[in-house]
Amino acid sequence: MYDLIIVGAGPAGLTAAIYARRANKSVLVLEAKTYGGQIINTLDIENYPVERHISGFDFADKLYNQAKDMGAIIKFEKVVEVKNGRLKKTIITSKNKYEAKAIILATGSENRKLGLSKEEDLIGKGISYCATCDGAFYKDRVVAVVGGGNTALEDALYLTDIAKKVYLIHRRDSFRGDEQTLNLLKKKNNITFIYNSNITKLISDDKLKGIEITNKDNKKEVLDIDGLFVAIGRLPENENFRKIIKLDEAGYIIAKEDCHTNKKGIFCAGDIRVKNVRQLVTATSDGAIAATEAVKYLNNLKDWNYVK
Amino acid sequence: MEIINVGKDNFDKEVLNSEKKVLIDFNANWCGPCRMLRRILDEISTENNNVKIVSINIDNEEDLAREYGVMSIPCLVLVEKGQEIRRSVGLMPKEEVIKFIGE
Repeated sequence: MYDLIIVGAGPAGLTAAIYARRANKSVLVLEAKTYGGQIINTLDIENYPVERHISGFDFADKLYNQAKDMGAIIKFEKVVEVKNGRLKKTIITSKNKYEAKAIILATGSENRKLGLSKEEDLIGKGISYCATCDGAFYKDRVVAVVGGGNTALEDALYLTDIAKKVYLIHRRDSFRGDEQTLNLLKKKNNITFIYNSNITKLISDDKLKGIEITNKDNKKEVLDIDGLFVAIGRLPENENFRKIIKLDEAGYIIAKEDCHTNKKGIFCAGDIRVKNVRQLVTATSDGAIAATEAVKYLNNLKDWNYVK
Repeated sequence: MEIINVGKDNFDKEVLNSEKKVLIDFNANWCGPCRMLRRILDEISTENNNVKIVSINIDNEEDLAREYGVMSIPCLVLVEKGQEIRRSVGLMPKEEVIKFIGE
């Protein structure tokens, strides 16, 4: 039995591990993929206090080693189910079963997919969810970006400097993203804005060749493109606990700044929590808060009345 | 066995004419997920002697990347007797990489 099990080894989960270890609690961190979470996709972090520049990978690596050096046990196993007992919490992974007195859920989010046929097969063959990662492969080619938020605008702007032509496709008639980025984008001469349209089909042989778009009047058009960058937001990773934890309509855990979920002894941290600003620094700060609250809960467990 | 850096000069020798199965890791220095995957490949290279793991930096070896149609990294290509058997794009956990390499 561990004092605390943390689900997710991203910035929130690993920071929570550091705080809980400093309070001398036994800590197990479970991670389905690799440590670091989505920050490893970031080439250069410029907005985290103290370091002027650090790559996402270096940040993740340092944080991982710090948590490990402080005595957190980190295992790479996918959590299948979280069970809440009044005192004892159980976590079932693809390989094992673990018990803990408290849990912190720090699972983050993943890229939202278009949900079109062959989408998965075409990842890396014309479909990408990360313009800064894959943009360089589309030098002097024709690409499209789909989405209406900041990521879509920034991706499109980044790609106008690399690709021959960029289509920006959005299902509404105006963008949600930052006005300043939009203005910069409008000054580019190799961008075409396509409003009120959805992508309805992916056209491919072994690679992506084009897309079919359908506008609100149900008119269809085919665009010949070499690459499609999908930037339609993120999906919270809640499948392992959504049966027992209260979520909002979008699937994020409902919790205030104190990071308490609706279940006693289960806390949450990072992007998985309902919040306005999802940044590296807010993820790590959630980690600190969730761990501090979890430690308080653990120390109070001695008092039976608290848990009754 | 240590991971070998491969370019067009030693590609035939190290990959196409290799006795062993070869796992090609297409990567770049600026790619965070590639660096994460490299950690995993380093571990596997010391544990598994049935496969030779080689690294190709796509910025230095544009021709090889184009020849293999690499459009996203990290990209792993498994080659046996000079022929591509399968490929995988994106970061995978260690267990999946081991499965990808196979027996």
